[in-house]
Amino acid sequence: MNRKLTTLWRIFLSGTNNFVRNAWLSAAAMAVMIITLTIVLFSVIANATFSYTVQQIRDKIDISVYLKDDVTEPQRADLTAGLKKIGNVKSIGYISKEEALKNYIEQNKDNIDLQLAISETDNPLPASLDVKVYNPDQIEPIKTYLEKPDILELQSDQTSYSGDRKEAIDKIAKATSFIRQAGVVGVIVFAFISVLIIFNTIQMAIFNRRDELSIMRLLGAGKWYIRGPFLVESWLIGVASAVVSVVLCNAVFSVANSTLNASSFGLLDITYASNYFAGHFWMIVLSQLGIGMVIGVGSSFVATQRYLRIKDGK
Amino acid sequence: MILLDRVTKSYSKKSDSAALDRISLHIEPKEFVIIVGPSGAGKSTLLKLLTREEKPTSGKIIVGGIDYEQLKDKDIPRLRRRIGVVFQDFKLLPNKTVFENVAFALEIIGISTKEIRHTVPRVLDIVGLKGKEKNMPLELSGGERQRVAIARAIVRQPKILIADEPTGNLDPKHAWDVIRVLEKINRYGTTVLLTTHNQDIVNKLKRRVITFENGKIAGDHSGGSYKV
Repeated sequence: MNRKLTTLWRIFLSGTNNFVRNAWLSAAAMAVMIITLTIVLFSVIANATFSYTVQQIRDKIDISVYLKDDVTEPQRADLTAGLKKIGNVKSIGYISKEEALKNYIEQNKDNIDLQLAISETDNPLPASLDVKVYNPDQIEPIKTYLEKPDILELQSDQTSYSGDRKEAIDKIAKATSFIRQAGVVGVIVFAFISVLIIFNTIQMAIFNRRDELSIMRLLGAGKWYIRGPFLVESWLIGVASAVVSVVLCNAVFSVANSTLNASSFGLLDITYASNYFAGHFWMIVLSQLGIGMVIGVGSSFVATQRYLRIKDGK
Repeated sequence: MILLDRVTKSYSKKSDSAALDRISLHIEPKEFVIIVGPSGAGKSTLLKLLTREEKPTSGKIIVGGIDYEQLKDKDIPRLRRRIGVVFQDFKLLPNKTVFENVAFALEIIGISTKEIRHTVPRVLDIVGLKGKEKNMPLELSGGERQRVAIARAIVRQPKILIADEPTGNLDPKHAWDVIRVLEKINRYGTTVLLTTHNQDIVNKLKRRVITFENGKIAGDHSGGSYKV
């Protein structure tokens, strides 16, 4: 092993020893860092989950145009062509009377009364056009088109616009944006507190070891030989905090999934969230480690820069 | 080995309060030089200038061919590795054993563990501390602690050893133990610069004595003596 490697190894060992020796100080710094990293992680997962939920509901939004029984095939084709000309229309599906009945029976297979009621009469369900849109917020042009008198004549029932679903989407979108903002604020606040605490931890460690550091300087230890162990110490705080925060999140999802047996918690789809966590596990671990190390080493770098001014002569 | 040319060091802007006032001095390799003088005469300032803990206000300092004017901050650790320093208050690391304290000086310059295990016992033997490797500094007498500090200072085989009142905290017997070790190191070829208040030591050693008074050299005599 050459001298540089030996020195690097000694710096690493010394930092590790300090980390263990200053266990209580390290624990305080780690506690705040764990909170910060856990907030970061939960914000990311909650954000992804809410986005997914909103998308799921948006995808389900459709417009059902119920047709009178006497609408002919050419009339239906004209209506379909007319709707397709509207930019926001994504697809149009046709559900015949028979299919509607089949769907109805399928959906109500557990309700014998409803099944009996429908079998006693001739098929009362109308055929319909199932219109899917790109953007549920912009269905006005479709509405205007469907309310034209000649088009209205073809329709048997009031068109369904899934209005209640739209309200739900707005609510979720608001909640998502609030949680996203709260997450960002939380991350900034706790990251700042983490930086301050690690900064103070290192500052106290420097103060506790000031005699040793001055001896090291007088014996000709280089700047990085003195500074290195402090950086290693805070690097370890970052790494340990990242590991603990990932383990914590893992435990929370395991408990939520198995013990509570819940699939959703309020608006949060836990199944999706834990799948997201499992699917992105290594990316999450790496980014948590990255954030932990940047906060740890960054604040320690500034602290050592500030408090380890090596007296090289005036 | 050591050359000072009209070196002045002032801590304040008033010119009459210079800690060192236009000092010129030349010390040959392998010399044993004793620097004496009352407190505040400028002895410690001189040593701090040599270890580059302080910069001179004016004048030229050249040690072992290194011109301090040309020295960059990043080169200072390397300079300090070439000069062994022994302090009056020992400056040992209390939580390390005797062996570890000496080894520490080698560790910071990246010497391998194998070499350290080989070198440290030899140096401890030179200073008469064989068998004390595992002791903590607080378990040793003042004289023994100072010898650990000397071992640490010479373990890197410096060409110059600066001993700043190494006997100041010791009783006469232990003080002489330390001086004998310094003489031994000098015989091996190291230039020794010793500051002391101890009249008995100065007079018995009969080495070159440089006397400082009020920041100036008041006397420089081979085989000199000192009266308080």
